[in-house]
This record gives sequence, C-alpha cells and structure tokens, in this order.
Amino acid sequence: MTHSWRASLHRRASGRTVLTVGIVLLVVSFVTASARGAYAISPWQLMSVVWDLLSGSAIGPGQVQTSPEHLVFLNIRLPRLLLGVAAGAALGLSGALMQGLFRNPLADPGLIGVSSGAALAAGITIVMGSMWFPELPRTLGSWTLVLMAFMGSLVVTFLVYWLSQQDGSTRVGLMLLAGIAINALAGAGLGFLTFLASDEQLRSIQFWLLGSLGGARWSAVALVSGIVLTAVCAGIMLARPLNAIALGEAQAALLGVPVERVKRLAVLVTALAVGAVTATTGMIGFVGLVAPHGVRLVAGPDHRVVLPGSALLGAALVLLADSVARTAVKPAELPLGVLTAFVGVPFFLLLLRHFKGRL
Amino acid sequence: MNRFTATRRPSRRDALRLFSLPLASGVCVSSMLLAPAVQAQTMGQSKLPRIVCVSGATTEIAYALGAEKQLVGTDTTSVFPAAALQTVKVGYMRALSAEGLLSLRPDAVIGTTEAGPSVVIDQIRSAGVRVELVDADHSWGEIQRKVAAVGRATSRTLEAAALQAQLDTQWAAVLAHIAKKTSHQMTKPKAIFILSHTASPQVSGDKTAAHAILSYAGLGNALAGPGNAASFSGYRAMTAEALVAAAPDVIVTTTQGLESSGGLDKFWSRPGLALTPAYKRRSLVALDALYLIGFGPRLPQAVSELHRAAYLASLGYSA
Repeated sequence: MTHSWRASLHRRASGRTVLTVGIVLLVVSFVTASARGAYAISPWQLMSVVWDLLSGSAIGPGQVQTSPEHLVFLNIRLPRLLLGVAAGAALGLSGALMQGLFRNPLADPGLIGVSSGAALAAGITIVMGSMWFPELPRTLGSWTLVLMAFMGSLVVTFLVYWLSQQDGSTRVGLMLLAGIAINALAGAGLGFLTFLASDEQLRSIQFWLLGSLGGARWSAVALVSGIVLTAVCAGIMLARPLNAIALGEAQAALLGVPVERVKRLAVLVTALAVGAVTATTGMIGFVGLVAPHGVRLVAGPDHRVVLPGSALLGAALVLLADSVARTAVKPAELPLGVLTAFVGVPFFLLLLRHFKGRL
Repeated sequence: MNRFTATRRPSRRDALRLFSLPLASGVCVSSMLLAPAVQAQTMGQSKLPRIVCVSGATTEIAYALGAEKQLVGTDTTSVFPAAALQTVKVGYMRALSAEGLLSLRPDAVIGTTEAGPSVVIDQIRSAGVRVELVDADHSWGEIQRKVAAVGRATSRTLEAAALQAQLDTQWAAVLAHIAKKTSHQMTKPKAIFILSHTASPQVSGDKTAAHAILSYAGLGNALAGPGNAASFSGYRAMTAEALVAAAPDVIVTTTQGLESSGGLDKFWSRPGLALTPAYKRRSLVALDALYLIGFGPRLPQAVSELHRAAYLASLGYSA
C-alpha cells in the first residue's frame, strides 16, 4: 500500500454514498432523457410543460394544453421515460435477487424462464393468433400480445419452480438446471415459430425480441409501474435474508431465516416484475446481469445496498440506452435490446478493469 | 442474366397498344381538371398538408399525384420512384416510432393496415395527426382506396379522381385482354410464387398478394385454390418435395429474391426445382417486388407484364 490515495479510491464506498450517487445518476439520466428526442422540444418549452404539469393545469379538466410540444411530451415521451424507469428497476432488482438466490454471478432474471416464457407466448400470439384465437384481439385489442406474454412468463416460471421442488423444498441447483432446460425448450419453440412465420410475422417477432419502449401508453405504464413498485418494495425486504443465504442455506436456516419462503418470494417478485415489463417492452437484455455486478463492484456484496442500488442503476442504464435508441437514427428508431448491451458492456468492462482486485 | 432481363420488358408495340388509349384520355381529362388545381398549388405551396407515407404503394401514388413536395417522410418499403429513396426514412412500416414520425410535423400519415405497432398508431392519432390506413385485401378496390386516401390527405382530390379514372380504364383493358387470351385455353398454366429474400425461401398460398396477382394474370396457383388438397393460406417455407408434387409450369419470383439467391443458375439449383415441369423449359418470371406485389398504381402494368411473360415462358419461349 505505497499509493495510499489509490487505496482510498479503491476502498468500498459506504452504502449511503452509493445509494445517493445512484439516485443522482437516475435523476440526471431522467432529465437528460426527457430533453432528448426526435421531436425538437426546447428547454424553455420543456420547463413550461413541466410547470403546467406540476401546477395541475395540464391535466385539469377543460384545461387541456393542445400545443404539439405538450402533446408529444405528455402522451409519448413522458410515459416512455417512466416505463423505462420501471423496466430498468425491475430488471436490475430481479437480477440482484437471482444472483443472490442462486449464489451464482451468471444468474439473471431470464434464468427461471420469465423472458423466454414471455417470448414464446408472444411468438405464438403473433404467428398462431389469427388461426387459434381470432376473436381475442377484437375484445382485447393491442392488449392481446401483452396479456399473452405476461401469462406465458408466469406459466413458464411456475413450471421451472415446480420442477425444482423436492421433498417439499425448493432445490436451487435443480431450479438452475430446470431453468436452462426450459429456456432451451422455449428457444426451440420460438425457433419453430420463426420457421412457420411469414415475412411480416418474422419482423414482428424480431421487433419484440430486441425490445422497445415505443409501446408506452399511460394505461400500460400505470399497470407496470404499480407491479414493479410493489415488487421493488418486496424485493428490498429480502435483503437481510439474502445476506444470510450468502453463507449457505443451512447456515441461514440456523440463523432463523425462513429460507423456503424467501426463495418463493424472490421467484414470485421476479416473475411478476420482469414478466410485466417484458410483456410490454419485449426482451431487454443485459441490464439484469450488469446492474447488480456494477453495484457490487463498487459497494460490496451487502444486499441492503445491492438490491436498491441495482434497481437505480438498471433504471438509469435503460433510460440512457433508450435516449440513444430514440435519437441515433431519427426519425426511425433502433431496437433497445441492442443498445442496452452497447451502453452496458463498455460500462461493465470499465468497472471490471477498475475493480478487478475485488472479484 | 440477359435472358431474364429481356423477359421483364414488354415490347414497345405491346405497351403502346395497351396503354396509349387510356393514357391519352387520362392526360386530356387530368389536364383539364388540373389547370385550376396547379394554379392553387403554386399560390399556396406552404399551406398544402404535409404527409408521411408508410407503404410503398401510397408513396408511388403521392408521386403520381405530383405531391412529392408535400411528402415529408416515407418508410423503408418506399423504393419507387428512385426519388423516394432520397426522402426522410421513418423506418420499417411495422416498427414505426411515434416521436420520430411526429418530429416531421405531418398533417396526415397514410399506409395500409399492416403498419404498426398499433400502440404507436394510437399515439400518433392522439397527437392530433390524421392516420389513414387502407385495408390490404389484395383487390383492385385496395388501390382505389389508396388513391382516394392519398388524394384526400394531400388535398388533391381532383388529381386523385383523374388518376383513378385513368387507372380504372387501364385495368379494364388489361383484364379484358387477359380474359380474351385465356378464354380458348382448357387449363391455365400452373405457377408457383417463390419469395426468397431471406435464406429460407417461402412459397405463397391462398390469401396473399402474390396469389391475387397470379389469378389476375390468368395463372393458377399450383399450391392453392379450389380442388387442391394441399391448399394453404399465407406464406410457407418451401420444401423440395412439395414443390415437385405441385408440378408448376412456371416459377414467378422477385428480382430481389433472384439477386439474393445469387443469380439465375443458383436459383434453379434450389432443391426440388430441377424436377418441376417449369425447369425443363426454364420458365421463370422475375419482376421487381414492389412492382409485382406492392398493389400500387403500376398494378395493371405488372399484371399484364406477368401474364405475357408467364404465358410465353410456360410455352418455352424466353421472350
């Protein structure tokens, strides 16, 4: 330790500092993202929109603002940003939960089948929908795909959970392998569907697999953020039990942690939050893996910091990636799933290089 | 390669015979109707509505109506006329971006019901922009609706009516010509439409644009239609054995597909094709994808060209 300043730089930041930085990062990315977009809205116009919004005149009855900037910001950009926050938070938090539960750094929310279940159900709806249930879109409209995908994610996750039951308890090792097997099966199903699909259907599936926040509307945002908020609160409550489980399940049980209940809750939280998000946005890759590792590298493995920190970092990451997706090729749009990897990987590698001593 | 490019072009005499009359009458009518409209246009250029076209056919119609100055954006399927490639591109018609589209400040967005995602369409509507999506049912009515929609959206209803009259006359002439040619024939030549833009080629069954085009051109679809046990709807991956069993007299495909398969020889070397009657005479018709199955204003031309080329090809002539 000759370079004491280096040592101090590499010292683990305190939990409170990390969370403060996380909140600042999220606020900064939210403001940046709200100022950027294909539709030019000047900072002044933005402030007037926000002022109207805060003073209630934009949403009050009979006071509807009709300037195009108001309409674009309130109906298109703002719900999109909020959906981005919900999606990033859900993916980041669930990633941290899964890594804690499996005690495996490679775990991510997709491991228990949430994403592949949603993708498979979405694929079935896109390719077979008009043949198997043609009357469904008439009553549900564009919600058909969302609901089917959400149900698909829940069904497949439950299947993985059920397969990992042994003598009344959940075997995590079994769950990991069952998850891999079911994911492979869902992947094959999706592959078969792309074989059956017409050119247009193939385009829709591809669009869905790469993820996009473009489908954000207020009703969906309200629904998803309600689910995600509940999930984040429930997830953060699992911090202490997960810290104990990090020592081993038997030790945790000896410490008085209801291990079985913790596992069940973690799986449920992940299935609901990631299922709801994936159903509305499609597959957004890499956030669930990179956000928890980012926080852990900076702040250490304490789940009381890692869980909320991952939610904050995940949300910031999705917001930044989406603001690039919206503006890089305007007026067209890039798929979000591509950009979360493009933005997330350099950031992750930078952290790895800087903190390689901690692995 | 030379041989197939030769197949694409109808002879000059043919084209003249088919189109001279309706064209001449169309020009007369439209020039009479257009005179006041053109004046209005030059006077109030800036006030004409701005439109975004999100289908190749509606973009063509916008150009045919002389509304290219009002066209502030198109999608990636709009590749004709060549000038359309220079317009601002809003992405693929099924993956539109609401904010991106609105940033062009259009007064109307025109496309087919294939445009989407539907949430984005709703968002564009909720921002006060008129969105007109024409139902794509692969009929002549589809083109009439497209012309009317573009005419309304660009405030060029007179020009649209003139264009429609001209197209209707053309269409009637083409259909009459094909009906006359096919009336004395016992059986129609059986065709298969192959879409090979991607690595896995697909063939068209019932209820596709390609199926409609084949029947307009007086050809039978070897894979669909009444009395065909193996009939199916939509596009399906091509299997070698099904291809042999269908025994097509002529293969219809797109020039883009031919190019992506690596040329004529590579195309014919696909599994199964060599065992079809079509292969013996090398009867193949390749036409531009948008021209052939885009259901745009060049449909009469495309159908007559396909009819002529396919009948010649099925008889063993390479035109």
